[in-house]
Amino acid sequence: MSVKIKHYPGEEVETKDFREGKVLFESFRPKAKYAWSAGIAISRFLEELKNGRIIATTCSKCGRIMVPPRIYCEKCFKPTDGWTYVKDTGVINTFSVSFIAADASRLKEPIVVAIINLDGASEGMGIVHRIEEYGDWREIKIGMRVKAVWKPPEERTGAITDIKYFKLVKE
Amino acid sequence: MSLEKITNLFDARHWIGHMEADYRYTLGIAGERFFKEIKENARIMGAKCPKCGVVFVPPRLYCEKCFMKLEEWVDVGKRGEVYTYTIATIDIDGKKLEKPQIYALIKFEGAHGGLIHKIGETENVYIGMKVEAVFKPPSERKASINDIAYFKPVK
Amino acid sequence: MFGKKRVAIVGAGVTLFRRNLKETGKELSFHAAKMALEQAGMELRDIQSVVMGTAPDAFDGVHMKGEYLADGAGAYHKPYTRVFVGGGTGVFAPLAGWWHVASGKFDTCLVVCEEKMSSCYPHPQYAFTTIFDPILERPIGMNLIWIFALEMNRYMHKHNIKKEDIALVSVKNKRNALDNPIAQLAANITVEDVLNSEIMAWPVQRLDVSPTSDGAAAAVLVSEDIAKEVTDNPVWIDGVGWCIDSTYWTDRDLYYPDYVEYAARMAYKMAGIKNPPKEIDVAEPYDPFDYKELHHMEGLLLCKKGEAPKLTREGVTQRDGDLPTCPSGGLLGCGNPIAAAGMMKVCEIFWQLRGEAGKRQVPGDPRTGVAQAWGDLMQYGSVIVLRR
Repeated sequence: MSVKIKHYPGEEVETKDFREGKVLFESFRPKAKYAWSAGIAISRFLEELKNGRIIATTCSKCGRIMVPPRIYCEKCFKPTDGWTYVKDTGVINTFSVSFIAADASRLKEPIVVAIINLDGASEGMGIVHRIEEYGDWREIKIGMRVKAVWKPPEERTGAITDIKYFKLVKE
Repeated sequence: MSLEKITNLFDARHWIGHMEADYRYTLGIAGERFFKEIKENARIMGAKCPKCGVVFVPPRLYCEKCFMKLEEWVDVGKRGEVYTYTIATIDIDGKKLEKPQIYALIKFEGAHGGLIHKIGETENVYIGMKVEAVFKPPSERKASINDIAYFKPVK
Repeated sequence: MFGKKRVAIVGAGVTLFRRNLKETGKELSFHAAKMALEQAGMELRDIQSVVMGTAPDAFDGVHMKGEYLADGAGAYHKPYTRVFVGGGTGVFAPLAGWWHVASGKFDTCLVVCEEKMSSCYPHPQYAFTTIFDPILERPIGMNLIWIFALEMNRYMHKHNIKKEDIALVSVKNKRNALDNPIAQLAANITVEDVLNSEIMAWPVQRLDVSPTSDGAAAAVLVSEDIAKEVTDNPVWIDGVGWCIDSTYWTDRDLYYPDYVEYAARMAYKMAGIKNPPKEIDVAEPYDPFDYKELHHMEGLLLCKKGEAPKLTREGVTQRDGDLPTCPSGGLLGCGNPIAAAGMMKVCEIFWQLRGEAGKRQVPGDPRTGVAQAWGDLMQYGSVIVLRR
């Protein structure tokens, strides 16, 4: 993009050129399957979700109550040294109303995702989850109070989805 | 802090998933010409560097040594020589193959590089063995490395 | 001076940025690297080390993409390093090139950045889902646009910013791109066009976002001695900075990029810059989304927190304003081949400071410019200060 350069290389092709055979290509689909271990802190967190409770870890040095829990405080760089329950209520820190799915295709009905600051955790600590039972999405505001809606105990598997979603609650 | 001793991941709490992605790789400027020559003319081509004279097989757009753009193409012929080989007895998932398959790196006279391909019509292979490309019939060729069915020994 | 040697950029090159290019990633790297060498009046044999910047392997669909691209970047039989910090890679790669030369180990370093996102289809966004925590976030259905939307919403809420003001960035950058021969999405659009474009993930709409692209960009970095031999017009790398914030991204206050500020302070301290808005003549903040340019102007200390929308509304950031930002057209106008896009910003500042930017040239004989990129999972900042 300099006046000294007269030609910029690159042969543009249209997406339809792939379908119409105007550009040659090889196709490939990797067969990669994974099983991610939840680790020490999150395994306990998930176990507690099964009991309908949200557990956090604490750092005695900075005093933070951290959720999601972790086995080390990344600020003090020392092992965390306690476990404590936080509430399943909180405040919307920020949210988005998504009209697209993970593969960028359009959704018929939007889904709402939010970062939720849970009551009892240190300021700013948040988890990401869905919001439902909100009525008109245009009425959702940052700062609104929410509460977890849990799966029935027999359906819980020890997953973040044991909380079905958070719903708006009146002050 | 205790670190649990677990040898089987599935004994620990885990989440299963996969990486869902599809790819299509353009053959590129040099690749498209190379594979068209194979498909349409059953010719194996190399690209010659105007500066150092090296002929690259497969051909490239540029010489990696002098960084010259390569515009001269030469036919390196169908015949080459086994530079090294392996005999596969299991497939990509570790399953035993019904019949072992020979794979070789085949070099062409006067050319730099070479092609990885199957060796067919023989159970014997040795380094230095002369081989020749066996092309699929024109109607089955798709501008792909598999337009060459395999290399067979030169009698 | 920091390091053993002062480092200059003496040549730069870019390819077209397009949704699909026929060239392979190697071929794109070659084109950009060759152009940078030609512009520097140098040959590959003059190059002692090579740095490749390229983002996730999952885009090109080639694992160990650094190795795959090496020969196209001119790295044959040379010391070679691939660096990767997500979207921050495009500005981080020249920083890595800087330390190759500043350390005194090499006199020359060729820095090449490449991305071929079209390989991943139907949309590269899907490959992005695997950047999220597999236990806590992916089961929720996370999608890349969401994190931008969450951040944008928080930024708007904190400072009471209207979408109309944010849309002005998209309007400006796409218009700036009309003068850029490599641009993919140059256009004359209006604020209404942005506000009426389809909602992707509120508050993000279609025209708030840069596209996915193929492309490459490169630059030649040399020590002071070599710079004096090959050019009368070197551009000096006078400041470098980089920083990462907590990877617990749901714990951070998303309205402000602390990590960009830390990276900027590091670079400004090295460059002796005390008053960034006064001393910086032209800026290329990272703009994959329109609000990000504003966010990053604030992180780069080019204005106070929450003030960037006002400066934009007042025309300060236009090409003929007091603080031109993204005169190249940015990612919103030129396209976003991740690492190549950040590197393109460094190239643009290089050309602006040399007075070679033609129709895009910002007036007033600019002497000092800054480029910045942002990446990983919303918490990485890389900053470079260039001076004539």
